[in-house]
Amino acid sequence: MELLSDLGSELWAVLSTLFKAAPYIIGYVVLILVMMAIWSGIKRLLTPKHDYSSLKTVTFGDESAVTSNTVASVVSVVLIFVLWGAFTGSKLLPGFMHAPGAFTGNGSFTYTITTPDGQTDDATVSVIVHPATIETEAPEVSPGDGIAKDDSIAIASYRSALLRVDRNDEMGRDEDTFITAVNGQPITPEGSVKVDFGTVAMSAKGTLNIIPATGIQMEPIWLPAPEAVWKRMTEIATDGFRNSTLMEHLGYSLFRVVVGFLLGAIVGIPLGYAMGLSNWFRGWFDPIVEFMRPVPPLALIPLVIIWAGIGEVGKIILLFLAALWIMAIAARSGVSGVRISKVHAAYSLGASKWQIMRYVIIPNSLPEIFTGARVAMGVCWGTVVAAELVAAENGAGMMIMVASKFQSTDIVLMGIILIGIIGFSIDMLMRWIERVLVPWKGKG
Amino acid sequence: MSGLQIDKLSMRFDLPNGSSVQALKDVSIDLKAGELLSVLGPSGCGKTTLLNIVAGFLAPTDGKIVLNGKKVTGPGAERGMVFQQGALFEWMSVRENVGFGPSMKGMAKAEKAQIVDHLLDVVGLQDFKEKAVYELSGGMQQRVALARCLANEPDVILMDEPLGALDALTREKMQGLVLKLWKETGKTIILITHSVEEALLLGERLIVMAPRPGRIHREYNLPFAEMGVNQDLREVKKDPRFNETREEILAMIWDMEEEIMGRTENA
Repeated sequence: MELLSDLGSELWAVLSTLFKAAPYIIGYVVLILVMMAIWSGIKRLLTPKHDYSSLKTVTFGDESAVTSNTVASVVSVVLIFVLWGAFTGSKLLPGFMHAPGAFTGNGSFTYTITTPDGQTDDATVSVIVHPATIETEAPEVSPGDGIAKDDSIAIASYRSALLRVDRNDEMGRDEDTFITAVNGQPITPEGSVKVDFGTVAMSAKGTLNIIPATGIQMEPIWLPAPEAVWKRMTEIATDGFRNSTLMEHLGYSLFRVVVGFLLGAIVGIPLGYAMGLSNWFRGWFDPIVEFMRPVPPLALIPLVIIWAGIGEVGKIILLFLAALWIMAIAARSGVSGVRISKVHAAYSLGASKWQIMRYVIIPNSLPEIFTGARVAMGVCWGTVVAAELVAAENGAGMMIMVASKFQSTDIVLMGIILIGIIGFSIDMLMRWIERVLVPWKGKG
Repeated sequence: MSGLQIDKLSMRFDLPNGSSVQALKDVSIDLKAGELLSVLGPSGCGKTTLLNIVAGFLAPTDGKIVLNGKKVTGPGAERGMVFQQGALFEWMSVRENVGFGPSMKGMAKAEKAQIVDHLLDVVGLQDFKEKAVYELSGGMQQRVALARCLANEPDVILMDEPLGALDALTREKMQGLVLKLWKETGKTIILITHSVEEALLLGERLIVMAPRPGRIHREYNLPFAEMGVNQDLREVKKDPRFNETREEILAMIWDMEEEIMGRTENA
């Protein structure tokens, strides 16, 4: 029961986060819909197309009439970068496109103290809010007249500061003199007052907490601007990160994937053929393959580290295992998928067993093997990054894991983007190879 | 002894539930070299099983096949096969498909090219030589299948409903082609079909099989194949004897189907 209520409150926490994000998500969708409306307006002005598809009157429900709209794809990608730039105050975007940022500059507010005998006095606090990267001194201010004296403070943007404004006053907390108002509005402990540059709150003990407005832009430590990520990438590309350049990190990851995949394919494909061609081999390997296939390669990482350490051997063993079962199963189904009439035809044309293998079974299984290879490369790429996250001396995964420990969000983002681009390129490359080498795929 | 002897062939196999199926019982056919035999029957009469045994893909439980004095024990190049569809190698061009048999024998390139060229002329696909087979229409694909089979110079050609998947017009053209090839090459041909018309047109001899157990029900010797060699097939179909025989066989098969249905209902 306790578990259920725990899970319930976790679920509530998740849902409430989603509710908080909802306005932004809705805003994004509305933006896309507006773009769609604009585009359909523009399209009406262009010369109408007269290809077969555009003449169809029934498109809703016709799968073949639904293709990816290039304009929508361009809008989609551009919008991601625009939103990224807008919420990080990127210099690549004109200022009016920025989301409201954190306050920087000068501000001030007045506070009022009340002495035990009912006397009141005002003083001004000058606040200078500066970017965190620029050291700034609090401005000199003259104390002024009266019991309460003027103060000043410098605060880095996105930070807040407690200020004992009564320290320099003639009568303070120790003399039972308390702050009762800020900018003329009454304030009590744990209350707050809005001022022109943010909020002034009062702690339970009566200290003022000055909180400059943060706006809705992201602080670079959480989300750096696109140009900052680009800059960091060029830095790492030339200077390196953790004793290796960017190319070395990515090269090591790719090397592991390629070697692991090739070893997996070299062992897995003959294994799959044997399983597809012989009862005994099928019986021998079926239990092993069927058991190992659902085990996620990531679950093998601890064992591989125990057995082989965190060096190249361990990584390659892991990727070998990740690719092995996929390739074996692909080759097996490639062999099983051969139409018996093709094999019969070849035998009737006088082919020997070896010739059947060479001219019928292998070419017939290539499409399946290529599909398997594409899946295996994808899995290997995911697995190598995960393995490097756990333990490695270099590699794309290690780079972002170490960077995250130092809160170097720019490196983490850069790593994620590069990992995505490489994964996508691998898939595109595999598709291209498939098109060139197996043009008969799906034509049998 | 030349020709093909199918001698008291029986085929019986056990089912997983313990019962057994008698697919063929005492089927005997004596084919002389150069004869054209068509085999007709309702589905389940064992005609494809019969062809698979002759091809050597299945071993009969009783009886034997003898070709040119030699007992058949497995598939071999002297018995070529033409399948319904999808038996071409789509990873090879038309030329490579037709040349497959000679390649397997390790024939010299020039000699092979000559054979392939000649056969592509015969089936009218010279212009499609370098095309991939999946780029061809169904009828053209079957022409390739015929040419591929002939390129291997088999003694007997076994056809398992080779025209079954074609549209009516293409089918008619292909029937003419089969007759032409039969006459020109003088091959022994066994053709399995479930079209009565096709069986009449393409059968010098015609065997009607009956099901459960699969056996020979009637045998005919027909003049239509010979007639079709010299005249239009549509003219042959107008012959009163053609219609008479067709009606007779249709009635026969109809009765068999009725009987099967009745038996299933009673069971």
